[in-house]
This record gives sequence, structure tokens and C-alpha cells, in this order.
Amino acid sequence: MILIFGVPIQALTGQLMVGLINGAFYALLSLGVAIIFGMLRIANFVHGAQYMLGAFVAWFLLNLPNIFPGLGLPTIGYWVALVLAPLVVFGVGILIEFLFIRRVYDLDHAYSLLLTIGLTMVLEGAFRLKYGSSGQPYEIPELLKGGRNLGFMFLPYYRVWVVVVSLVVCFATWFMIERTKFGAYLRAATEDPILVRAFGINVPLMLMLTYGFGVGLAGFTGVMAAPIYQVSPGMGQNLIIIVFAVVVIGGMGSILGAIISGFFLGIIEGLTKVFWPEASNTVIFVIMAIILLVRPNGLIGRVAK
Amino acid sequence: MTTIDIKQQPVARLEWEKVALVILLALALIAPSFVYPLFLVRILTFVLFASAYNLIFGYAGLLGFGHAAFFGLASYAVAQSAKTLPITPEIAILFGVFVSAAMGVVFGWLAIRRQGLYFAMITLALAQIVYFFFAQVEWAHGEDGIQSVPRGHFLGLIDLSDNMVMYYFVLGVFLIGFLFLLRVIASPYGEVLKAVRDNEARAISLGYDANAIKLIAFTISAGLAGLAGGLNALSFQLASLSDVHYLLSAEVILMVLIGGAATTIGPVLGAVVVVAMQNYFAPFGAWVLVFQGVIFVVCVLTMRNGIVGVIDMLAKAWVDKSGKAY
Repeated sequence: MILIFGVPIQALTGQLMVGLINGAFYALLSLGVAIIFGMLRIANFVHGAQYMLGAFVAWFLLNLPNIFPGLGLPTIGYWVALVLAPLVVFGVGILIEFLFIRRVYDLDHAYSLLLTIGLTMVLEGAFRLKYGSSGQPYEIPELLKGGRNLGFMFLPYYRVWVVVVSLVVCFATWFMIERTKFGAYLRAATEDPILVRAFGINVPLMLMLTYGFGVGLAGFTGVMAAPIYQVSPGMGQNLIIIVFAVVVIGGMGSILGAIISGFFLGIIEGLTKVFWPEASNTVIFVIMAIILLVRPNGLIGRVAK
Repeated sequence: MTTIDIKQQPVARLEWEKVALVILLALALIAPSFVYPLFLVRILTFVLFASAYNLIFGYAGLLGFGHAAFFGLASYAVAQSAKTLPITPEIAILFGVFVSAAMGVVFGWLAIRRQGLYFAMITLALAQIVYFFFAQVEWAHGEDGIQSVPRGHFLGLIDLSDNMVMYYFVLGVFLIGFLFLLRVIASPYGEVLKAVRDNEARAISLGYDANAIKLIAFTISAGLAGLAGGLNALSFQLASLSDVHYLLSAEVILMVLIGGAATTIGPVLGAVVVVAMQNYFAPFGAWVLVFQGVIFVVCVLTMRNGIVGVIDMLAKAWVDKSGKAY
């Protein structure tokens, strides 16, 4: 057996893989939170519940015949859910923005946090009513089942898929916001909404779509997560707090910062599990406290307003 | 920068607030004859908790999102010390207050460097560290928590095992904490605290050390939250993970928000409403969470000054209508 720092290499690479997977999810979720905070100045605490919603929509689609028996509905699998569920969550996001979020744009940021805490309670409570706190299993799609033994570790295909997709989506989103014309409008609308409106751009609609997009990302992440973690009402609860810490570490509203620190912290967390298991739950929060002392605006921070 | 927009205290409020507090105190004295004493104990501890949180949320303008850490830390400290050490309950509670206040100094020192949302997230992250500490450390017994904590004998003389006796013990300790808080808010220090909240730059230019003033408030608030947590653990003979859970931090914000931030009576009313709702809706399970969420949303969107704001408005309308001047 090969040992690295007194740890078997299988354990090390195994936890590194778990860390990378968690990092992929942290990055995807932090990305959404960072976009919503950076562009809308809204601290979207309900992001975790929206991620849970995405996973549940995928589960509903898979179990349509059982949920509505007698209607002859087909079961809709992972690949369609990967497109359909984010769209549904996007729609829910648009509705939430229209009904609630837009009423707190002009108030202090603190109110957006309080409002979204309330929305989280409503969403999670509603799912708890129906499903308790138990998890619903969701199978890995046929195409991605199995894995490959690399000798020093077993590499499941689905996990590779998650990491790759996460990287692609993160890069595409970053590119769209930082490098395209739409992104430029969006950033301009954040800086000076009145001027941008004067140029004939529908800013409220743009903000609404941006919120929907960020939330849709959460829904997408939820579908990606469904086969790995079980689908349960509380699945987003602890995650959202970690994601908030990741966003703070990356620099509030910094998209690149959120992506990089998402992956980075996932891996750090994985390594902590190997070397000091007791600290693995808290390491991210400790890092956050240290970062705030050393670099108050986060790793890649624009100056917070 | 102010976190929460608080209007100047109307003169009319001062009048009805005092009357209401006196009535509530009278009710608290006779209530255990009509209502289950432990339910009242819960109300008292949460009134104290919410009032302590109001000191930083309302009067210092700091949106802390991790106050359960102080409540829970004292809860565990009191439970463990009362259970394993040969000490009387009041010493255990003092110990709980001390450790919570001490942690308040550290967390406050870390968190008050930043404001607004950052402050909320830092306090939340720090509170999560405390949560996972108690979730993992062996003597806290994970999900089970520390059970069957002995209530002991107050001053070594008065047996607290009877719920009625326990209630009056809690009421006494509660009053000490609550009156201390009122004194702090009404003191010159309290005025400076409000000045820092309303215009930090100006307060600094007048020579005040704004961060030190906020840190004092944070520490007092943490200590009193600890007092509430300790009383709660001793009365219910239990310290559990729900005492350090972030949902409790959210609930205490909700209590202050429903009642009315930066008012004396707001957190009192808010705590009564939330605890009563939790108690009476408990049979409906997760509906409690849904209702709390709905109230949260309604409060943020429509009544940011809480119940007190609504009463003020009604009182003002009544005064205007009757033409009577206060």
C-alpha cells in the first residue's frame, strides 16, 4: 500500500474526488448567489431551497406515473429533467422576483436576507409537510452508470460528468456576464439603472431575468445533485450556509471568485476529511473568518458597497 | 450606515409602552395559576433572548445571524456544569452567562469589522462552527443532547424541581436581566450606541470609538442571550442541538421584527407571539415552519416597524382624531 503523509493513497484520492464533487456543487451554487448579489444586490438565502426544488422537480418527472396514477403519464428521465427542471425553477424564480424580491430592491440589503429566509422557511416547510425529512432515491442515468478502476482509485463516470459540466457551465456563465454585450448591459444596469433605462433598455425585465437565471442555475444544480445525494426537503439547508461562506471568501458578487473558491474549498474540505476529520464541517467557516481578517473584500473582491 | 430604518420614538409610544409593560409584569406574576408554568418559562426565556438580540439588531443596527450560538453555548455550559459539578443552579447560570459573554467578545471582535450583509454572514459562519462543535463533541451526546439536567437547589436551599417554584425563579432572574438591559439602553452609553447606529461617521468625529461601543453592545447581548439559554436549559433540563441551530437565530430575528425593532416592548410582544404560535401549532408539524416563513415575508414587505409600529400608527390616528395632545 502506498502511503502519502501516512495516509493510504486510496483514501487520499477518494476524498480528493469527493472534495472535487462537493466543490463542483459549491461553485455552481455560489455562482448563482454571486450573480444575484452582484447584479441585484440581493442576498438570496432561498437559493438552497431552490436547489432542493430543482432536485424535487427531477424526482417528480421520474415518478410521474406513481404520483398521478391512471393518467397514463410517461416517466421522464434524467436527460430531459436536466433541461426541464431548471426551466421550471426559472419560472418559479421569475414569480418570486415579481411577487417579493422587487419590493426590497430599494431597501437595505439586510431586508433581502430576511425576506429570503422567510421564503426558505415556506418552501422547505411545504416540502416537509409532504415528504418529512426522509430522502427519496434518484438513480444515476443508464449512460453514466459504472466507472473505471484507475488502480489507485475507482472513478465513477457520473462524478466525472458532474465536474466537467460544472466547469463548462461556470465558464459559460462567466463568459456571458463578463465578455458579451448582454453582460455589459447587465453590469451597466447595476451601476446606473436610470441611465441604462434612458437608452431604452428594460431594466426591471433584465433584473427579473437575471434573478430567474441565477435561480435556474440552482435548479440545474439540484438535478445534477439528485443522483449523488438523496432528494430531501432539507438538502439545501446546510449547503446554503456553506455557499454563503464561499461567496464571502470569493468576494461578494465576484463571479470568478465564487467559481474558484467553490472548487478550492471543496478540495480543502475533502483533504481535511483525511487529515483531521473532526474539523471537516467547520474548516470552510474558519477559512472565511481568516480571509475576512486578512483580506476583508474576499480573495477576488471588488470593494463592497 | 444604518442597517434598519428606525424612526424617532414617538412620544405617544412612551406612554402606552410603560403601561403595557406594567400590565404584562402583573400578568406574569399571576399567570402560572392559569397557564402551564413551563410554557410561561419558555416565553420568559425567549422574551429575554429577543430583547438581548434587539440590543444589537435594533439599537446597534447590526444584523447578527448567529445569536443561537450564544443561547446554545450557555445552554450546554449550564447543562453540563449543573450535571457534573457540585454547584448550585445560580452558579451554573452565571458560568453560562460568562462563557457566552466571553465568546461574544471574540465573535464581536471578528464581526464588527464589517457591516450589513457581511456582518450577518460572518456571525452565521461563526455560529455554524459552534453548532458543529456541539454536534461532534462527545460529552454533548450529538442528536440526543444533554438530558435530565438536575435543576438543583437555589442557593442550596430552595428546591427548584417543582415547576411553579422554577417559574418564579426564572421570573426573578429574567427581571434582573431585563431591567439591566433597559438600564443599558436608557444610559448615556445607550444614547451613544444609537448615535453610532444613526450616523457612525459623526459619532467618530465626536471622538467616540464606534467599534468599541458596538463591541460592548455585542458582548452584553451575547451574555444576556446566554442567560436566556441557561435558564431554558435548566428549566427544561435539556440542552440540545436545536439550541445552537441557525433556525433559532432566524427565529429570534423574527421575534424582534414582528414585535418592532429598537423598542422596549417590541421583542416582548414578538417573543410571545412566536412562542405561542410554535406551541399551539406544534401538532401541525411542519406547518409551523411555513407559517413562520409567511410571517417573516409579511413583516419584511408590509410592516417593517412590527406590531409596535402598527399600534403607534393607530395611537397616532386616535390622538389626531380626538384632538387630544399628549
